[in-house]
Amino acid sequence: MARMTDVREDRAHEETPGDAARWVIDSWTMTRREFARWARNPAGVLLALFFPVMMLVMFALFLGGSMTVAGGGDYTEFLVPGLLVLTMAFGLEGTMTAITRDLGRGVLDRFRSLPMAPTAVLVGRGIADLLESVVALLIVLAVGFALGWRWHGTLSAALGAVGLLLLLRAAMLACGIWLGLVVGRPELVMAVQILVWPVAFTSSAFASPESMPGWLGAVAEWNPMSATATAVRDLFGNPGVAGTSWAAEHALFLAVLWPVLLLVVACPMAAGRFRSLSR
Amino acid sequence: MVERGDPAVLVAGLRKSYGTKRALDGLDMTVARGTVHAILGPNGAGKSTLVRTLATLLRVQEGRVEVDGIDVVTRPRDVRRRIGLLGQHAALDEELSGRQNLELFGRLHHLGGRRAAARADELLERFGLSDAGGRPVSGYSGGMRRRLDLAASLIVDPGVLFLDEPTTGLDPRGRTEVWESVHSLVGGGTTVLLTTQYLEEADRLADLISVIDGGRVIAEGTADRLKTMVGGDRLDVIVTDPARLAEAAELLARLFGHPGGPDLDQLVKFDHSREADTRSGRVSVPVADRRGALARAVRALDGAGIEADDLALRRPTLDEVFLHLTGTTGADVDGAAGVLPDPDAPADSGPGAAGNVPTGPVGAPQGSG
Repeated sequence: MARMTDVREDRAHEETPGDAARWVIDSWTMTRREFARWARNPAGVLLALFFPVMMLVMFALFLGGSMTVAGGGDYTEFLVPGLLVLTMAFGLEGTMTAITRDLGRGVLDRFRSLPMAPTAVLVGRGIADLLESVVALLIVLAVGFALGWRWHGTLSAALGAVGLLLLLRAAMLACGIWLGLVVGRPELVMAVQILVWPVAFTSSAFASPESMPGWLGAVAEWNPMSATATAVRDLFGNPGVAGTSWAAEHALFLAVLWPVLLLVVACPMAAGRFRSLSR
Repeated sequence: MVERGDPAVLVAGLRKSYGTKRALDGLDMTVARGTVHAILGPNGAGKSTLVRTLATLLRVQEGRVEVDGIDVVTRPRDVRRRIGLLGQHAALDEELSGRQNLELFGRLHHLGGRRAAARADELLERFGLSDAGGRPVSGYSGGMRRRLDLAASLIVDPGVLFLDEPTTGLDPRGRTEVWESVHSLVGGGTTVLLTTQYLEEADRLADLISVIDGGRVIAEGTADRLKTMVGGDRLDVIVTDPARLAEAAELLARLFGHPGGPDLDQLVKFDHSREADTRSGRVSVPVADRRGALARAVRALDGAGIEADDLALRRPTLDEVFLHLTGTTGADVDGAAGVLPDPDAPADSGPGAAGNVPTGPVGAPQGSG
C-alpha cells in the first residue's frame, strides 16, 4: 500500500475544531449525507414529490367539478393552499421514517460513538427535510398555477404564507424526530401514515368545516392544519372558509400559535428522548 | 498523555440497573494493550451493556471505567476519538455506497474531505471492497457488510476496538471473513474487546476470555484453561442396552475420573441431570487426557460386557462450560444453539465419527489473512 493517510494527526496535535465550529461542520456533513442519499435514489425523491401533485390533480380535476366553495370562489384556488398544508403535515412521516431507520440499523449508535457534535444528527435531518419541503412547495405551486390557481395578494403576503407553511413543517419535524425516537421501528410509522388521513380530512384543507356535521366541523375549525390553511388562503388572496367562528377569524394568530406550541412541546421531548438513548 | 503501562480497558465495580433489573452487578475487568479479549456469555448476561458503556453509548451509574487510560465519564469525547465500535447490527447507510459511508464517518471524525476520501480508499482496499466501493451497501452480502462495518470502525486506527457479537447472524462464510479480518488486526497491534455467545469464536480469536453471567465476571482465563475446568475433552458413549446405562456411566467415571475430586462431583451432577440420557442411551464423561482414551474405554466396556453403538471424543460445548460455571444453562444459550447449530453436539457426530474432534462451525483456514 502506498503512503498511509495520517489518521492519527488529530490525536497527535489535539487539533480538533472548537465546539461551535464542530457543530456547524458536523451539521453540514449530516445535511450532505441526505443530499448524497437523494442523488443515490432520485426515483424515491421524485415519488415523494409526486404524491402531493397527484393529490392536487385528483382533487382538482376529479372532484373539483362537483365541489362548491362555501364562501364562493374557485375550488382550485381554495384547494391549493389546503394541499400545501397537507404536504407540510405529511412531512411528519418522512422525518419519522428517517429517524427510525437510523435508530433501527444502529447507525445512530455509530454516530453517537464518534467525536462529533451529537445534535448535528438531528440538525442535519432538519435542514435536509426543510429543504425538501421547500422544493415540494414550489412544485405544488407550479402545478397549481398550471391548473388555474393564482395569487392575488402582495409579494410579502405570499412570502408570509410560505413562512407559515414552513413553520408548520418545522413543528412536524420536531414531532417526527420525537415520535421516531419513541416508536423506534419503521413498521410502526405505518400507523402514523394511516392516522394522518383522518386528521387531514378533519380540517379545512379540502372542504369548509361549515359543510361538516356540527361537532366534526368544530373539531376541524380548531385543527392546526385549518389555522395554517385559512391563514395561507388569506395571505394568497384565495377564497376561504365561510365560517365566522373565533378560530376562523383569528386564523393568522392560530397559524403561528399552534406550530410554536408544538415546537415548544416536541423539541424538549425529542431532546430528552435523544439523551435517554444513553440511559 | 497516556502512559504505556495503562491497561487498554479498565473496569472497576461497574454497576448498571434498569429499574429493579441489574444489568451489570459490580463488574471488574482489565484488558491488556495489544491483546484480544473475549467476553463470553449468554443473552442478557450484560455483554452488550458493558460494551456500550465502554463505547460511551450508555451512562455509567456506578463504578470506574477507563478506556485507553481515559475516564469515560469525564472525557467521553476523548474516548470517542480513540475507539472503534462494531455494534450488533451493521451500522451503515444502506442507500449510500461503501465509499460514501466511509467518507461520511471520516468527516465526522474531522479528518477533512481529502483525508477522509483517501482513508476510505485505503480501507476499502484493505478489506477487499475496492470493486464494490462504488455500489450501494444494500446490494452487499452479509459478510461484505460486516467487513465494511469493521472498516468504518477503523477510520482513526483506534487504540481500542469494540466488537459486539461481530458474527451473530452471519453465514459460515461471512463468519470466516470477519474472523480473518480480526486476525489481521491483531497482527497490527490493535487491542480488541469482543463479545460473543460462541465458545468457538472466543477460542479462535481471543488471548483471554472473561465469562460473564448475571452482570459479573464468573471466570477468566485462556480458552484451554476454561475447557479444562469442565474436564478437558468429553467422551460420548451410546450404550446399546439402555438398562445398562447407569453401569456404563459408573464404569467410565471410575476409568477417567478422580474419586473425591471436583470432576467426579460434577460428573455425578451430570449423571443425574442430563448427561446420562436414558432415552438416547447416551452417557458423556469428561476426559482429562485424550491420548488412548478411546481404546481404554473400549477395553473397559468390553471387559464388563457392555455393548456400545458409538463412541466419540469431542471438545466441551459452551453449554457444558456454562453448566459447569453457573450450574445452569440459561434458556438463552439454548436459543443461541438454535441460531448456530453446535457441530460439537453429539447429535451431529454420526457413526464412525469416533475419535474425530470436530473443529468448529466452519472448516475455516486458521491464521489466514
